[in-house]
Amino acid sequence: MRVDVTINGEPRSAEVEPRTLLVDFIRTHLGLTGTHVGCDTTSCGACTVILDGKPVKSCTVLAVQAHGSELRTVEGLRQNGRLHPIQAAFKEHHGLQCGFCTPGMMLVGAALLEKNPAPSEEEIRWELSGNLCRCTGYMNIVEAIKAAGAGSAGDAVGEDLGAAESVAAAEEMEAHA
Amino acid sequence: MTVTAPRPATPPEIGGLGHSVRRKEDDRFIQGAGRYLDDIVLPGMLHMAIVRSPVAHARIRSIDTSAAEAIDGVVAVITGDALAAHGLAWMPTLSGDTQAVLATDKVRYQGQEVAAVIATDPYVARDAATLVFVDYEELPAITNPQQSLAEGAVLIRDEKEGQTDNVAYEWETGDREGTDRAFASADLVVSLETHYPRSHPAPLETCGALADIDPATGQATIYLTSQAPHAHRTLFALVAGLPEEKIRIIAPDIGGGFGNKVPIYPGYVVATAASLLLGKPVKWVESRSENLISTGFARDYHMRGELALSSDGKILAMRASILSDQGAFYADAQPSKFRAGLFHICTGSYDIPYAHVTAKGAYTNKAPGGVAYRCSFRVTEASYLIERLVDNAAWKLGMDPAEFRRQNFIRKDQFPYRSATGFVYDSGDYHAAMDEALRLSDYYGWRSRQAEGPTEDGKLIGIGLASFTEVVGAGHSKEYDIAGLKMFDSAELRIHPTGKAILKLGVKSQGQGHETTFAQIVAEELGIPFDQIKVVEGDTDNTPYGLGTYASRSTPVGGAATAMASRKIRDKARKIAAHLLEAAEEDLEWEPGRFTVRGTDQSVTIQDIAFAAYTNPPDGEEAGLEAVHYYDPPNMTYPFGTYVVVVEVDPADGTWKVLNMTAVDDCGVRINPMIVAGQITGGLTEGFAKANMQWITFDEQGNCIGSNFLDYLVPTAYETPKFTLGATVTPSPHHPLGAKGVGESATVGSPAAYVNAVLDALRRGGHEVDNIDMPVLPHRVWGAANGVEAKP
Repeated sequence: MRVDVTINGEPRSAEVEPRTLLVDFIRTHLGLTGTHVGCDTTSCGACTVILDGKPVKSCTVLAVQAHGSELRTVEGLRQNGRLHPIQAAFKEHHGLQCGFCTPGMMLVGAALLEKNPAPSEEEIRWELSGNLCRCTGYMNIVEAIKAAGAGSAGDAVGEDLGAAESVAAAEEMEAHA
Repeated sequence: MTVTAPRPATPPEIGGLGHSVRRKEDDRFIQGAGRYLDDIVLPGMLHMAIVRSPVAHARIRSIDTSAAEAIDGVVAVITGDALAAHGLAWMPTLSGDTQAVLATDKVRYQGQEVAAVIATDPYVARDAATLVFVDYEELPAITNPQQSLAEGAVLIRDEKEGQTDNVAYEWETGDREGTDRAFASADLVVSLETHYPRSHPAPLETCGALADIDPATGQATIYLTSQAPHAHRTLFALVAGLPEEKIRIIAPDIGGGFGNKVPIYPGYVVATAASLLLGKPVKWVESRSENLISTGFARDYHMRGELALSSDGKILAMRASILSDQGAFYADAQPSKFRAGLFHICTGSYDIPYAHVTAKGAYTNKAPGGVAYRCSFRVTEASYLIERLVDNAAWKLGMDPAEFRRQNFIRKDQFPYRSATGFVYDSGDYHAAMDEALRLSDYYGWRSRQAEGPTEDGKLIGIGLASFTEVVGAGHSKEYDIAGLKMFDSAELRIHPTGKAILKLGVKSQGQGHETTFAQIVAEELGIPFDQIKVVEGDTDNTPYGLGTYASRSTPVGGAATAMASRKIRDKARKIAAHLLEAAEEDLEWEPGRFTVRGTDQSVTIQDIAFAAYTNPPDGEEAGLEAVHYYDPPNMTYPFGTYVVVVEVDPADGTWKVLNMTAVDDCGVRINPMIVAGQITGGLTEGFAKANMQWITFDEQGNCIGSNFLDYLVPTAYETPKFTLGATVTPSPHHPLGAKGVGESATVGSPAAYVNAVLDALRRGGHEVDNIDMPVLPHRVWGAANGVEAKP
């Protein structure tokens, strides 16, 4: 079957088997591999994309259901050569480690901020609860979304714990070496 | 802690030690440009799906592949018999046992690999896998070590010559007689029996391989989700008989590892064999269910611990005995000398004169593994046991658990400290870390609050501590190896003519931020801006040999190698600087990035020196500016800290909630404090997960409960508490930068603090209870509060 979509502003189409999952359509047929697969039970959210304005888990949508739709993936966040505020904030706040969940986390965050630019901590955590991260412990993801909503990437990673003591200790070691 | 030197030695644009520079690797990840295994597509690539056993224990009568082979698009179906013809039906494990690649005689756990289908399309491969018919003659399934070692238990490893029971290994260490004597003279003995349940690291990216063996040249390029690509290359050479110079392992971006990507899995071997057989690239990426049911599990330790105590609260001796559930194959990724990993660090942070440890491993009809899940070889189990015992002892003695710890801690002046089981702790200040944690968490404030009684709605306040000591950074090569390969690590640093650099490492990041942290080490040592240093890992053709990233060893070993390689370059740079400045080497003074002739304003930068190294080297000096260093650490490093958890327990329904979680970590010198803090919050979340929800169980038939993310619960942002972090800094005296490694401390140290907190709430609420096994599920808490034995 032929599936036509507009993805990240660009019209694309491909012939697929009816059973093809949207995530496979995006990754394999359209070659956009920023969308990931982390489970097989719609639990992890690594495959999250924006389908007609709403975040969906693309492992649980058939490609044919997206026919005629507007899709946005992580590759479409950067526009006109500029990072989306959520991208800048994830980097600034150390909201990612291995990066595998990151596209889904950023898209959920961006979609939330479009509805509500100043969500509470509780609202952010609830909105993220369909997406799993195994590396970060979520704290910095929440901070990144808050900062992106506040209109800046911010520059706070919290205090640099142990930085001064580390430098002093290393200098002392060098002096003794 | 007082701040003694607020200024890092390098300015922020250089970004050396102590700077929380933002991560270089993030630019690709935030733009969807990471390149993980499944993102790699090769021309003509085929796809593999594995046929797995639906039953836990059965003899294979026959395998019928004809229906699968008849499907359009299926290229081949491979069975164990086909592999056996090439001597590949079995492979060695990392603990010197053997493991079936594809089962030929019996299946020994649910999910075991039985056959593989290779097809032109991944959907077709999976379709066809369902059409491979295997006739099984079912055998009784053994699902715990007690059953396994019972009289008359069915023999699981009947193929192993000389194996007459289900014992995988037996091991002991320490001073049995001294310990017995100390126990005989004790005023009080406190004991604890607890099960550290089976868990799974479950990185968000599952495991996979893409094998590409060129039929014309024999060149084997194997993309692997590997935490240890060099070790894997050598093992491939030894197991598959491929010539090592023709094997190139490439570990691309890795979507989390946590120990899950240390072993070699049957899927990797079969995909490689298939590519060899078919002359085309073959990709295998497991599903989440396959990941959870068949790849390396962690823990599953049945532990008994005892402390001998004097009436005034001094620990006189410790005894521990372990019964470990190994699954069907003994496959712990651990140094070969130590059969229970580093469990014998179980005296923890305490000055305990005598200790004795026995361990016995049992085969069961469960998946193999025993991987160190965010852990240095069973230190997690060890830390959990002692921290639970210490809290129980304090309670029995009527002492505050912080005071009891304070009284028994190894003192600062005792380091280097030799433990009763032979570890030499490098450095520590346990009192300082605990004091900081008590202060930050308002421990005594919470104790006062607790003394006022339950909350208005009847909830009990509990406060739990854990003061862990970890042992990381393997090894030194005399004691530590993996499958005989010694645990040193390496760095190769080359400075380009324009003063930029490339650093190649034997370790492999899975999210830890190596591309940034290791560049910062070079920045610190040579004054080259961190963002002008490219860090390369994971490609065995293009990096020096190393044992990989696990057991928090990258900074202790790879980081040290990087510092030493940088210093070699600095030594050569001094010679070139002397030549350029027409001065004697001993008259030159170094500051990061520059040599100056003492007492003058004449200087050259590291960039000037780099250019001269290629354009104007001194007479008699080799051109170029590069160095390689293989670092064999003199000792392990011993990070430590104290964690405080405050909970509110509802005795009416057994639910509990975290009110405060404060973690003070001392991992020595922190290279990038932001990245260190991120490692800690991540680890704390996994500790919380294990205390709360994350475990894998089996029913009586050996069906895995927890085979997907609906049944195997990992915490989301919604349940995960917010953490308060603190730091003390006690450098490692033997690491060139004083760093100790931090990736795993929080997972190792924190579970006991949660359990201790819930028990503290119940005890001080009037319920006498010694133990609740993890996960601390509501029905277990309710059972403990109401004197009812809870079913698992």
